[in-house]
Amino acid sequence: MIRVENLVKTFGDFTAVRGISFDVQQGEIFAFLGPNGAGKTTTIKMLTTLLKPTSGTIELDGLDPMQKQKEARQRFGIVFQDPSLDNEQTAYENMELHGVLYHVPRKVRAERIENLLKLFELWERRDDYVKQFSGGMKRRLEIARGFLHTPKILFLDEPTLGLDPQSRNQLWTHVKRLNETENTTVFLTTHYMDEADRVAHRIAIVDHGQLIAQGTSAELQERTNSDSLEGAFLALTGDSIRDESASSADNMRQVARMWRR
Amino acid sequence: MSTIYILWLRELKRYSRSRVQMIASLGQPVLYLLALGFGFGPVFARAGNGSYLQFMAPGVVGMSILFMCVFSGISILWDRQFGFLKETLVAPVPRMQIMLGRTLGSATVATFQGILVFIICLAAGLRPHNWMLALPQAFVFMAMVAITFAALGTAFGSVIKDMQGFPIVMNFMVMPMFFLSGALYPLSHLPSVLTVITRLDPLTYGIDGLRGSLTGVWHFSFALDVAVMAFIAAAFLSLGAYFFSKIQI
Repeated sequence: MIRVENLVKTFGDFTAVRGISFDVQQGEIFAFLGPNGAGKTTTIKMLTTLLKPTSGTIELDGLDPMQKQKEARQRFGIVFQDPSLDNEQTAYENMELHGVLYHVPRKVRAERIENLLKLFELWERRDDYVKQFSGGMKRRLEIARGFLHTPKILFLDEPTLGLDPQSRNQLWTHVKRLNETENTTVFLTTHYMDEADRVAHRIAIVDHGQLIAQGTSAELQERTNSDSLEGAFLALTGDSIRDESASSADNMRQVARMWRR
Repeated sequence: MSTIYILWLRELKRYSRSRVQMIASLGQPVLYLLALGFGFGPVFARAGNGSYLQFMAPGVVGMSILFMCVFSGISILWDRQFGFLKETLVAPVPRMQIMLGRTLGSATVATFQGILVFIICLAAGLRPHNWMLALPQAFVFMAMVAITFAALGTAFGSVIKDMQGFPIVMNFMVMPMFFLSGALYPLSHLPSVLTVITRLDPLTYGIDGLRGSLTGVWHFSFALDVAVMAFIAAAFLSLGAYFFSKIQI
């Protein structure tokens, strides 16, 4: 369903992603783990047509997203790291707008909006403005919206950031259920190892823009002789903190962008 | 088409739902109308030019449309900040349609705002020279000014990255465009430098069109104003579409 070969992205003289390759099968839940600044979001941006790869190939459902941008976009849904809802409209209107943008026929639209809002327990609040929603409700609405146009692939970029355990738990239950009933392929990134362990069929670990290991949680633990996914993750990526190097990389990117303008 | 419609509708909803903003944005034109209109009235009349309120009311209508358009354009910045822009930019629709929907939406809102200010002007004492002719003509110019500057607003909103850029746009683009458009003073007998500058200002032709339609006194002519405005509208729409298509998230 997703096939990536030798993907590279450079910003000026900074290389964010250096030669990543992987395959994701249809109906699979694939987790992309890595420390801050490892290149997760950059990879998602390239997979979702927001960034142009420097080199390498991407195939989504057999399509090159750079060549057939529109067709590719129709086939995936995305939940961004930061919210992307219209706060000044109601939950229902947000869904409706998404349905129109993704060419979901009117009748199907109304039906699916109702089903999804009910599934994500937002139907009672459908006529409330999104600005009145809690963080967990907004996330649920975004994920419901991502499923509206029956995408073949759903990208989730740190969807549970800042949510309480209850909301996180509930959110993954819904995602798993839709993955099973609609056979949607899910590609996710997260910092919570327990989530990846619980939800994902296969896990890839990236660091410094390179893919350093992939396999099931059990395989990764076996390979590193650890008794948890977190242990395996730390064994593979080391335990130094990345915030500093990540932010200086961000700064560099910003400077590079400024000079190019 | 449905993409353009749903984004157009969004702008209208946002406008109609924020009554406070609607009333707040009527404050400035009313202040200009009352403070300047009545304040300069006696001097203007003594100089033999007739009623100043009659003269500057069309300028105030044009101003309210201009400001409304630029504010709507800047709302792209808010959408960028709060993330909604991304939702529209990854959708499987051409960016051109997204840009058109937004721009026509803010143009519609701005035209409506212009009509509100026009009604206030009527209450303050503006009297069109010929109602049957003035109203449709004035509407044409309001709509043209609105589309032109909504497109320019979209271009600004696409180029500026954060709120710090907003005062620069206001002080170096929007305010000069307003003050050099002949909204507040007649264009004849100006120093030659100012004459050249006012003729380069796109708003000049919109204001002249509005004033001509409403009072029957033209500096240029109906045909010239319509032609120039149509040309500038097309140019700014292309500019807005170009910059909007270049937005990187």
